[in-house]
Parts: sequence; C-alpha cells; structure tokens
Amino acid sequence: MAKVTFISEKCKGCELCVNVCPKHIIAMNKQNLNEKGYHPAYVTDMDKCIGCAFCATICPDCVIIVEK
Amino acid sequence: MGQKLLMKGNEAIAEAAIRAGCLHYFGYPITPQTEISHYMAKKLPKVGGVFLQAESEVAAINMVYGSGSTGTRVMTSSSSPGISLKQEGLSYIAGSQIPAVVVNIVRSGPGLGGIQPAQSDYFQSCKGGGHGDYRQIVLAPSSVQELYELTVEAFNLADRYRMVAMIMGDGNLGQMMEVVEFRNEEPIEHYDKQWATVGHENSREQNVVTSIHLNPAVLEKMNLDLQEKYRVIKEKECRYEIYNQDADIFIVAYGIVARIAKSVIEMAKDKGINVGLLRPITLWPFPDQAFDQVIDKAKAFLTVEMSSGQMLEDVKLALNGRKPVYFHGRMGGMVPARDDIMKEIRNIYNLHVKND
Amino acid sequence: MAIVFQKPKALKDTPMHYCPGCTHGIAHRLVAEALDELDIEGKTIGIASVGCSYNSYDYFGCDMIQAPHGRAPAVATGVKRSKPDNVVFTYQGDGDLAAIGTAEIVHAAARGEKITVIFINNTIYGMTSGQMAPTTLLNQYSTTTPYGRIADQHGFPINVCEMLATLEGPAYIERVSLHDVKHIKKAKQAVKKAFKVQIANKGFSLVELLSTCPTNWGLSPVESLKRVEDDMIPHYPLGVFKGKDLEV
Repeated sequence: MAKVTFISEKCKGCELCVNVCPKHIIAMNKQNLNEKGYHPAYVTDMDKCIGCAFCATICPDCVIIVEK
Repeated sequence: MGQKLLMKGNEAIAEAAIRAGCLHYFGYPITPQTEISHYMAKKLPKVGGVFLQAESEVAAINMVYGSGSTGTRVMTSSSSPGISLKQEGLSYIAGSQIPAVVVNIVRSGPGLGGIQPAQSDYFQSCKGGGHGDYRQIVLAPSSVQELYELTVEAFNLADRYRMVAMIMGDGNLGQMMEVVEFRNEEPIEHYDKQWATVGHENSREQNVVTSIHLNPAVLEKMNLDLQEKYRVIKEKECRYEIYNQDADIFIVAYGIVARIAKSVIEMAKDKGINVGLLRPITLWPFPDQAFDQVIDKAKAFLTVEMSSGQMLEDVKLALNGRKPVYFHGRMGGMVPARDDIMKEIRNIYNLHVKND
Repeated sequence: MAIVFQKPKALKDTPMHYCPGCTHGIAHRLVAEALDELDIEGKTIGIASVGCSYNSYDYFGCDMIQAPHGRAPAVATGVKRSKPDNVVFTYQGDGDLAAIGTAEIVHAAARGEKITVIFINNTIYGMTSGQMAPTTLLNQYSTTTPYGRIADQHGFPINVCEMLATLEGPAYIERVSLHDVKHIKKAKQAVKKAFKVQIANKGFSLVELLSTCPTNWGLSPVESLKRVEDDMIPHYPLGVFKGKDLEV
C-alpha cells in the first residue's frame, strides 16, 4: 500500500505530475481553485498508488509527500 | 615606538594591512599601485594569508565582497581606471553593509589618462561612483607614515561601521620612499560579526548577505538605516589638520598637495604673508567643522588640487559663502608648483589682506 | 507506512515564486537534497546570482550571499579562499554565467577553485522576460531575436561544459537534464557528486542542468519539457565532460 498527500495550497497547476503517473490517477481539480488561484492537482484513486514518487520527483514545488 | 624602515608608499600600505590582521587580498595589476600586490604575494603566504590575483578588478572587488561577508578582514587595491571597474561592487558592499578596505592610488584621467599622480577621483570616491545613495569613508594620507597609520585605521573603521573604508593616495605617495616608524602593537579593534556567512552549523538562524529588497518600504528602511549610520560617522569620524591656526589666508589641500602647501607657507612667511593650511584627512566625512575654527580670522581660502577642482565644491559648501574661495589646480599628472601657488596667494593678499 | 519522499530539510518552507512548471524548483530541490544527504547544510554557503533565482536565499536554508550579475564565481572564490573548510556553491542562470559572467566562470574554473557551480541553462533570460541568452538556440525566438536567432547577426550558442572542459582547472563537469523523471534522478546524482568532489577537495565542479522557461518560451510546462528533449539536448548533449573516472 502507498499513499500520496498533495499540499494543494502549494500547487501551481502546472500539470507535470499528471503526465508522469504510471497509474494515471492524477488529475486537475477543475471544480475549484486554491488560494493562489490555480486548479490544484489531486489523486483520483489512492488505492492504485504504488508509491513510485514519480509525481513528487517532477513536481517543482514540493507539493507532494509520498508514503509507502 | 617600534622598528623604523625606509619604505615605498605602496609597500607601507601592504605591510600596514597585514599588521592590521588583513590576511586576504585580491588584486589586479595596474600602475602605479602594483607593488601592493607584489608585497602581498610575497608576504601573505608566509603569515597564513591568501593572495589572489583576480582576472579583473571587477572580479577582485567581488572576491572582497565574498571574503568580507565571512567576517574576514580583506583588502583590494587599484588605481583610477581599476577603481572605476569596481564601482558596482562597491555599491553592493555598501548596500549589504560588508566591511572592506579599498585602496585607490590615483592616476591622471579620464580614460586611460596617464600614470602620473592626480586627485581627480575625489568625486568618484566621495560622492559615490556607483549607483544608489551610499557613502564610503575616504581617508587621504599625505605621507608614507600616514599611509601606514591610516590603513590600519581604515580596517577599524570598516569593521566598526560595516562599510568600505577607502585609502585615497596618488601616484606620488604610492611610489615615493620615506621612513616609516612602526608601532610594536597595532590598535586592532575586534568586533563580534554575528552577521557573517560562515555556515550556521545548525546552531543558529540562516545569515543572508544581500542588498536587494524588492519591497520599497523595506528598501527605504534599509536606506534610512544607512543614512543614520552616515550621519553618526559625519558627527564622529571627521579628521583634519590645521597648520598655523591664526593665518589670514588658508590653503585647503590634501594628500601630497598639502605638503607642497606647507613649503608655500614658509615662502609666504618670509614675505610677511600669514598663510595657514587646512588639510582634510577624511575626504568623506568632509570636515566642515575645521572651517568654523578658522573662519573668524581667515580672509580667504585657496583650494589647491591635482584636478579641475572637485574638493573645491565641498570647501564652498562648508564655507557657505561666508568667505571667498579661490582655486588653483593642475591636471594630466602635472603637480602644482610652489611658485604658482605663491602667485595666487599674493593676489589674494593684495585683494583681501593688504589694506585691511 | 514511512515517508519516502518529501521536501528536503535544506529547502525552507517559503513557497517559490517561480512560474508554474519552471524546473528551477526541481533544481533547487536537488541541491537541497544533496545538502541534506551529505549533511553539509550547516557548513555550506550559497551564492545567489541575478536572474529568476536572485532570491534563492529565500529558499535554501544555508547561509547565503546575493552576488552581482555574473559575479557569483568571484564572490564564491572570495568566500572559499577565506573559509576553505566551508562548502561553497553558486546557483546561476545562463545569462548570469555565460554572458556577463563569462570571465568569472572561466577563471574560477581555470584556477580550479574548490567550489560547486549549479548552472541552469534554459536558453533565455527569464527574469527580464525572454531576451536572447548566450545559450539561445539558432532560429529560437526571443524578445530580442523577434525573427529568430540568426547566426550572422546574433552569433552562435555557447556550450559551456565543452568550453570549460578544455581547461585543466576543473575536476568535474557534467551536463544533465530535468525533462523527465529518469533524467531528474540522474541529475540528482550529478549534483550530489559535484558537492562530493568539493568535499573531497578534488577541485572545481560544475553541473549544467537543462531547464525550462514555459512563460518566455510560450509553451505549456509539459510542452516545455518536450522542447528540452527535442530541441535542446541535440545541441547540448548530456554527459560527463570532465572527471569521468573521478572517484569520490
């Protein structure tokens, strides 16, 4: 089991994480905006997360904490 | 007193710096100050110091900025064109409040100019050659002994006020030889430089040396602090010499020209003309108060410089129209001649003193 | 479960001002991870340059000095020569290092100063909004090459690693890229190795990180990473240019 935490207030909506997730479980939250005014990224299905940390590796803003 | 040595001006500066505990020197060759680098290259390695010839004066002043940021006593030296190249660095050092000693052995300009002595960098040093509201303490020795003593003093001033203290000599002073009497022990002041960037060792908050503050309110506050520091220096650190206090006419001159003035004073005495010398030793802060001590008796002032008249403006500001100010100057590396100055004195005497 | 990935300690909590998707943030993290893993933050002094990363001292937790444009290698030299036991690094962009600061980087390298240079190459001036840099590619648009960079007018891009590798001074020079996860991991090793070279007193080390500038390239962050791979790497080949067999 693995788990990722997105500190959505720090997210700038750059979408780099969306592309690299091998399980395709990251999407942009188009419904609302964070304090900075960006659509933050979020995980659509945590159960599928394998804790590879690809998303965290490519994130320029340390938004993502990965546990495994 | 200690050891006496016949020394070249440039070497006396270097020896003074080492005695003042300056073990880091970053320089670049330029006539007429290069012996400072030679001396440092020979001596510093022997006392556990670092001599480095940089790739340019620009690099050298930035090495000084880096070294000074670690709290190390550090110096660079150059001559006019090289000092021009250092102006940006000097502004950063002022804005970041880093102690450093910079030596300018002035040569004639502008442009490549000449290698003869001059005093035409007064504006650049005292009015700020770099950008922004900043000042630097500028000390003007007029003998090899003073090159030594004022260099040691410069390090104390730089550390005390966290800024640049500049020694402003000229080609003569740098190249001439005179006897220097060294003290057995130097009056080195020690300061606890908590601000220095030496690595926080996980035991304190991060130290940051910077001069940029994009928030204008913060930058203005920093500028106000600087101006307050400069106000205190202006109040406390003015240095000058008054020679023949009750003279009718005063020559205002610094550095090597002040020595020529002294021989003019002797000539004038023989002719029954009472002339004195007012010699600023700090060009910044400019010693306004010196004028107040002589203004009651003095009829007129003659400023003599190896330039087109730069200190002249500060003399006029200090006198504020209370007494007439005359000027005699030479440029291009020519040195004011005693007889020419004497001619000016005679004219002033006839105008302002004779029929009183 | 244990945390396997989080913000390195040597990076402060201050949110970074960089544009969305700008790889400066990744480069900062790699440097901070090296400081953490080598446990040297306490004795490190970083030199910030002038450009988008002018205030990297707001992000790195070690003691920092902000240097004039182009002069970080000289400032770093002054620091290292005064405090040889400290670890000193500069963090510079391509305008800072390869344009105004060319003399400083060449001579710091030629002297073999025992400093580590983190060199961000994004082929453009970011902070001042998109001017041509020495690393701007031929035909690349910028606000000062509005019709594309033309060799006849604007000269040719400079390959810094290859240039500095001709000098004897440097001990370790590598060019890496941040355009995908695999390359970021390799970049991290290079950055860490560069610091190790310094700690082992082996001499001058420099890592060039091919980076993006979505805003001034006029591309999305994802497209920008693609540009690094398709356009930049062919002109700026990755690899070790000095110190291949250096053991640290």
